[in-house]
Amino acid sequence: MKLHEYQSKKIFEQFGVPIPKGRVANIASEAKQIAEELGGRVVIKSQVLVGGRGKAGGIKLAKDPNEAMKFASDILGMEIKGLPVRKILVDEAVNFEQEIYLAIINNRSNNCPMIVASASGGVDIEEVAQLSPEKIIKYNIDPLLGLQDFQARDVALSIDLPRVYWKNFIKILHGLYHAFWETDSTLAEINPLVITKDERMMALDAKMIIDDNALFRHPDLIEFRDLDIEAPAEVEARKYGLSFIKLDGEIGCMVNGAGLAMATMDIIQQNGGSPANFLDIGGGAGAEKVSAALRIILSDPKVKVILINIFGGITRCDEVAKGLLSSIKQTKIKIPIVVRLVGTNEELGRRLLCDSEILTADSLVSAAKTSVLLATGGEL
Amino acid sequence: MSILVDKASRVLIQGITGNEGQFHSWQMFQYGTNVVAGVTPGKGGDWIFDGKVPVFDSVKVAKDATGANVSVIFVPARYAADAMLEAADAEIPLIVCITEGVPVRDMIQVRKFLDQKKVYLVGPNCPGLLTPGQAKVGIIPGNITKPGNVGVVSRSGTLTYEVLYAMLANDIGSSTCVGIGGDPVHGLNFIDTLELFEADPETDQVVMIGEIGGNEEQLAADYIARYMTKPVVAFIAGESAPPGKRMGHAGAIIESGEGTAEEKIHALRVSGVQIAHHPEEIASMLIR
Repeated sequence: MKLHEYQSKKIFEQFGVPIPKGRVANIASEAKQIAEELGGRVVIKSQVLVGGRGKAGGIKLAKDPNEAMKFASDILGMEIKGLPVRKILVDEAVNFEQEIYLAIINNRSNNCPMIVASASGGVDIEEVAQLSPEKIIKYNIDPLLGLQDFQARDVALSIDLPRVYWKNFIKILHGLYHAFWETDSTLAEINPLVITKDERMMALDAKMIIDDNALFRHPDLIEFRDLDIEAPAEVEARKYGLSFIKLDGEIGCMVNGAGLAMATMDIIQQNGGSPANFLDIGGGAGAEKVSAALRIILSDPKVKVILINIFGGITRCDEVAKGLLSSIKQTKIKIPIVVRLVGTNEELGRRLLCDSEILTADSLVSAAKTSVLLATGGEL
Repeated sequence: MSILVDKASRVLIQGITGNEGQFHSWQMFQYGTNVVAGVTPGKGGDWIFDGKVPVFDSVKVAKDATGANVSVIFVPARYAADAMLEAADAEIPLIVCITEGVPVRDMIQVRKFLDQKKVYLVGPNCPGLLTPGQAKVGIIPGNITKPGNVGVVSRSGTLTYEVLYAMLANDIGSSTCVGIGGDPVHGLNFIDTLELFEADPETDQVVMIGEIGGNEEQLAADYIARYMTKPVVAFIAGESAPPGKRMGHAGAIIESGEGTAEEKIHALRVSGVQIAHHPEEIASMLIR
């Protein structure tokens, strides 16, 4: 779960990472009021969960409260990369001398948290990583020991941080590490961490991603979820325990198992079609889940064909077929459905489906070919 | 022969009395797996499966009483780390965690602890292991493969079943099937498993099923080029997956442009691995 900048900053503050004075607002007049409280010069920052907000015009420096109100009203009406701006963060404007990049992520190869730091902060770090990888330092942390002072000093040294800032930097890095660890984050990032003209350090921007699987122990963070960034169908799918991702194509997919769902999408693409979604209904393919999955797929008007690919293992194919039939009957469907059932009792399952208007296929490739043909208006 | 589990494996099941646990334990039992004990804290002293399998309160007690040397875990995600740590502390040499949805932070700690214990972990978020005709340790359906000479290793569940079933349809069986799981932080990896297959006299060829996310397939490609003498056929899922989206499995995500199917396929091809376009094709690429 991605957190907004203002949410991440709230967490950072709790863990002792200094942030600029500021507040979140959702109407322009509020921005003016906040600007007055903060002494006039403020930065208005759109709160949307995509990168490149600045380039898109979603971050602006206002010299006085009136300008703050104007910019706030502009930004609040914007859409950035398809996402509506519903909230803005109004932060005091800070004059700074240097920008540092500092983040903690999980290192998949070494199974531990890792510090990523660079003296070249304030820009797209992925670009830095590509153009001059030597400017990025990476440092693994022992998950049972946690971050040690000497390691924080090593990081400060390797980004050539002047000694006067070390003490402050070490405190900030500890704060960031704790914020990362205690909230079950998979990313906690400050870009930039600035050194101000009056020699303070603070996090001008903040980004966190929380491990969805760990939300059960963070009830306070669940409220942070922004449903705006998810397609309504994805929100609906979560209710039924379905794993669903909306894509742009025309062939709706319903598959049991994530790997098989990906493979099904791949084969559609290999045969000249494009999948409308990724959907894993999980094991068993119970009637309630199948019905919900069909409704969710059909909510996308671009879908012209539905391809159902089920491997019946412990749940036998005839049982799956019965479930599919009742769900398909319940959900009024006007577009063609291609079903590929394979596994235990597949003949029996297929025969059950033959009684209806459902098309069956005996291989994944032929199911994909049939679906692509129907999606492009061809006839069988 | 086989790898990791066989007829002699003495299997203990953590979470044997839960819904999922009971169902799959019964399937394992019926398959002929040597299920020697169950563990459910608070239910020690009970007997399950017509009084044939004793239930214990702790792994340590169960191990001492039955000599269990494999533990398979079916407990809910929030208790899974505790279950893995308990099994490792009792020094069960092979721990198989089926549970999906274990927090990454838990897995990071579990891995660190297990590395000191020198025990094997398979999973989590995996279908487990199956040595056809000998032992089913997990949820891989028993009737979709038969004994044979193909070692199968995979990050996925049903995708593996597809491949096994297509192999069976072509009269090809497997030595052992290993589901290593779809989580970013997990136990046994591709290289560990390939090493075991390379050393197993009953395995003559290997099927490897990977997917987007991480770099395990690339590392495996390097290992194959250097050390494998047995032929490997691979399928990588997720060519059509968009970047930045988690495709069902927690570990199946293209991050910062890394972990794409293309780069994995390329690395494997360069190492002499045959690449299948779709899972059904694998069967036709194996040596009869």
